[in-house]
Amino acid sequence: MFVAGIDIGSVAAKAVILDAQTLSEAAFAVIPSGWNTREAGEQVLSAVCQQADITHSSLSHIVGTGYGRIALPWADKVVTEITCHARGAAHLFPQTGMVLDIGGQDSKAISIDSKGNVLDFIMNDKCAAGTGRFLQMLSGLLGMTLEELSSAAEQGTPVAISSMCAVFAETEIIGLLAQGTPPSHIAAGVFTAIARRMRTLFGRIPLRGECTFTGGLASSTAFARRLSQELSVAVNVPPQPQITGALGAALIAAKLTTTPH
Amino acid sequence: MTFATLQRIKDVTDRNVLNLQEAKAAGKHVVGEYCIYSPMELAIAAGAIPVSLCGTKNDSIPAAEEILPRTLCPLIKSSFGFALQDSCPYLSAADVIVADTTCDGKKKMFELLAQKKPLFLLQLPQIQNTDAVTYWREQYAKLWQFYEQQFNTRITEDDLRNAIHLMNRFRSALKRVFDTSCSKPAPLTGMEIMECGFRLSFMSDKEHAIQLLNDLATELEAAPASQEKKRAPRILLTGVPTGLGSHKVIELLEKSGASVVCIDNCTAYKKTTLIIDEHKDPLTALAERYLDTPCAVMSQNPHRYTVLQELAQRFSVDGIVDLTWQGCQTYEVESYSVKNFVRETLHLPFLHIVTDYSPADTEQLNVRIEAFLEMLA
Repeated sequence: MFVAGIDIGSVAAKAVILDAQTLSEAAFAVIPSGWNTREAGEQVLSAVCQQADITHSSLSHIVGTGYGRIALPWADKVVTEITCHARGAAHLFPQTGMVLDIGGQDSKAISIDSKGNVLDFIMNDKCAAGTGRFLQMLSGLLGMTLEELSSAAEQGTPVAISSMCAVFAETEIIGLLAQGTPPSHIAAGVFTAIARRMRTLFGRIPLRGECTFTGGLASSTAFARRLSQELSVAVNVPPQPQITGALGAALIAAKLTTTPH
Repeated sequence: MTFATLQRIKDVTDRNVLNLQEAKAAGKHVVGEYCIYSPMELAIAAGAIPVSLCGTKNDSIPAAEEILPRTLCPLIKSSFGFALQDSCPYLSAADVIVADTTCDGKKKMFELLAQKKPLFLLQLPQIQNTDAVTYWREQYAKLWQFYEQQFNTRITEDDLRNAIHLMNRFRSALKRVFDTSCSKPAPLTGMEIMECGFRLSFMSDKEHAIQLLNDLATELEAAPASQEKKRAPRILLTGVPTGLGSHKVIELLEKSGASVVCIDNCTAYKKTTLIIDEHKDPLTALAERYLDTPCAVMSQNPHRYTVLQELAQRFSVDGIVDLTWQGCQTYEVESYSVKNFVRETLHLPFLHIVTDYSPADTEQLNVRIEAFLEMLA
């Protein structure tokens, strides 16, 4: 029996199919969310079904999460990404006590118990600085992909980016470019700025156990290293950090097969 | 609204503006008030009608931002915007405004407001001790003289005693209504609690308001328990004032399945605690009781914690949400201490929400609120 978790984020739609008994992963898929959340849900579901070589109708339960969670008419249950990232991270790294997630428009620090239940969480405020959106802006400004930004950042010496707002930071970066600052220094500076924003969230919740880093930005090893340095703790990074929320949703879906709701 | 008396309250309070204008035409004076520290009792003793003034809507904020800094709290901006646009009928009807130096943003805004209307500014001490009570009593004595001069009248001690007795009856009736939510499940929703308190604060006829509140309490006390709300997590909302237009967090909490059973702020439950000792010198009793109000502007603010503990137990809550308006420094800073107290002493889950009146962050708030409720499940 198979179950699925679908995570519609602001940047990407993610899906995971699990075997409900063994909890082993049958397939996953990641596509851009685009502007039509409902369509993104349909597409990522059909993509992941194709990967797993099963039909939509053979999925026993589907759990939806992420910003687009309310636009999934076929979901059996809808759960927030905070709960899902917690479940996913605890499944992958059972010693996890704190989950750090940097998504497209939110960053979060989530404190969890040994079963992956959320004890406390804190999210960034309305502002986009310190989220994936900030890097998207940088990527557009410098004409580099996330991978290119990562390798540039590793070579650069971080310049100070002092603006606390993504829009003002853009102005600041344009100024730095005009002064002839090398893009690698700017990339390193932005990575450091995002890691520092994360540290202020991290510092508000006491750390117990290990720290696991999830979300799209965690796929940059350069950034994960920078974050680990900034926090002065080791961080676990899942092999596909972006799908941790969808995995958590699938794990909750697997639970639904055994508990009547 | 599900209860017959709630509908009656809605119908009666729909006529609030009309009734106020009629009373004014018949020669009554109107006193507009912004803050809970301004005592309605003195205005009533002066023969005037005290009413709350508008400050809970987002619409008036853009006008205010032409003068005030954008980073100021939405409550101050909204209040000032209403004054600039002359769009608050209660403010238009008011002969005088009574305000107090609650926080820095308010007192500087009141300087600007004083150019539009006679405004009496009470200098609120920010500590709760006997020196402060003496000083605060003196402020109330000055307000007493101000009313006598403005309205060309004499206020006797007996006038004040009668006003205190009336407002004590009003607050007891309000408490009776709010306390029906101690039962599980609560008969009223948080939205109904908020709307009831909000609408009645603009009502001129206090005697009529008392009658409506007691009728409502009687109806609620006799109502059969609602089955649908039986499993809803019971939430205590604490923090900044809320009203129609600034109710979004209450609404989002309840849309996500919570039951807001107690609203510990000065537009709701805090009003019920201002029961004045009727056996003391009335002005002293008034000053003592009012100054005890646990607002975050007080330093220290010990009653905030004792009240939270008492309410959390009496209303058997499952979690506490602390709402602070963006730019409200005192409540925002105090939230850290409140969080520690709720976690370590009350052993309850706690969520701090910082927002403004605009709907811009609805989805972000939904994630926080739903995740918090998932945590309680």
